Amino acid sequence: MNRKVKKILTSPTLAGLAALALFAGVLEIAVATDVIPQLIVARPSDTFMAFPELQKEMHLFGAFWETLGMCAAATGLALLIGIPFGYLMYRDDLIGRAYEGWLAAAFAAPTVLLYPLFLVMFGRSHMTLILMGFIPGAIPIAIQCRQGLLGVSPTLLNVGRSFNVTEREMFWKIQLPAAVPTIFTGIRIGVMYTLVNIVAIEYLIDFGGLGRIVSEMYFRFDSPGTYASILAVVAVSVLFYWCFGRVERWLRPV
Amino acid sequence: MAQTGVIGTVSGLRPRITVNTIRITTIVVLLVLWEVLAAVGRSGLLYKDVVPSSIQIGLAIIHEIFDPAFYHHLGITLAEHVVGFTIGSTIAVTVGIAMGANPFFRKMIEPYLNGIGSTPKIIFLPILFLLFGTGIESKMAKGALSAFFPVVFSTTLGMMLISPVLLRVGQTFSLTRRQMVSKIYMPSMVNPIITGLRLGMAIAVIGILVAEIKFSNGGLGYRIAEYYDQFAIASMYALIIIIFALAAAANVAMTVLQDRLNIKQGGSATRNAGLGAST
Repeated sequence: MNRKVKKILTSPTLAGLAALALFAGVLEIAVATDVIPQLIVARPSDTFMAFPELQKEMHLFGAFWETLGMCAAATGLALLIGIPFGYLMYRDDLIGRAYEGWLAAAFAAPTVLLYPLFLVMFGRSHMTLILMGFIPGAIPIAIQCRQGLLGVSPTLLNVGRSFNVTEREMFWKIQLPAAVPTIFTGIRIGVMYTLVNIVAIEYLIDFGGLGRIVSEMYFRFDSPGTYASILAVVAVSVLFYWCFGRVERWLRPV
Repeated sequence: MAQTGVIGTVSGLRPRITVNTIRITTIVVLLVLWEVLAAVGRSGLLYKDVVPSSIQIGLAIIHEIFDPAFYHHLGITLAEHVVGFTIGSTIAVTVGIAMGANPFFRKMIEPYLNGIGSTPKIIFLPILFLLFGTGIESKMAKGALSAFFPVVFSTTLGMMLISPVLLRVGQTFSLTRRQMVSKIYMPSMVNPIITGLRLGMAIAVIGILVAEIKFSNGGLGYRIAEYYDQFAIASMYALIIIIFALAAAANVAMTVLQDRLNIKQGGSATRNAGLGAST
């Protein structure tokens, strides 16, 4: 018992939580005593008290679902286009070599700057958000799909050939399952960038879900509301990736 | 491009198609599609000037390159980037080394770093505006924040992958902590750190440009926002194209540097395939 308690008390998780609590406590005192102006940093207690207000006034949960819906739509579109294109790049080596470098360069470029292009075409609409989420989402999916299929072990392919499997069976029963881990890496990166771009555009154009709330709270000079909405975005991101990780573990063959 | 392959002809009937043929054809098709869209725009189906012709954009690029104001804004963005990136990556390498060297410290702060690292950093802009104002300081802070996460993660990973043999050699020679960092840790981690720096550099640029678009009175992001507000669409596209070209050039430069360091250390080049490709 004593050893167990000692282990818990000396665990890094507890130490991390204690450090966080200590930081919040110091901040609370520093803001309460005006060492740090309240306009710049909200008291942690005020920030937590701002959540019900945020839900009542800004429909926090509604905004959460809106951002999540945009991410899901953009990711769906990225999968629909990215995977077939990745497969095409794998099947035709010339097409693969012609476009993979371009796609990698586009991935490293600040694609978020393209938002005025969609803004002038589609206005401040969900279509703009979905397309801006789609672009950085589809690129890693297509690239990793090609890389995954190219990386399938020749031994596996030879086993398939020795069983005289058809081309279709070879793809569905050997190549795709073997490439799934690499493809999932691409999907994970794609989902991450999709969420980042969508929240960024929501924030920039004051439209949509959580990004709009953060922007609006800041414009009202509502410090606790601003901090609370930022915490909400952090929580959503953590939850989003945790859920995605669970789905990934469930779907991965190995 | 000397080794770009040529597709095998089927009984000599298919023309010889090369990677360059596909790329040039793609560019031509895209330009034609853009011109069609521009013509549709001129006919009144889209808002006027929303899709300017490629010639207009080309002229705007030339105008932008010869405009001294462009270099003024480029200087502001570069200054913000250099300061932000230097501060962010220096802190990140230090924290990364501490995390890699001390498993307790790593386990203590890793969940929080992962949580914030996966969050869109733009969301912290209001806090940075409150703390540093809307001048260049907040953009530098945004650059530092954006650069911090990829560098800290890759440094930590690099530290964890250092061969235990090297660490034992260092301990056998009774190296001080500083000597361990300079003689063992840093030389072993060049590749992961450069990878992190390359990513951090690209992400910091994006972060700074977005911050400039939101609130600023200078920098390339501000200039984009200014063109958008003035509905100078051709100039706006021209500037975006120039920024893309600059970002690609910086990425290529970092990849070449990484490859050189890799080859020096006996490793393989990074430009082979995947998301690290730079061509």
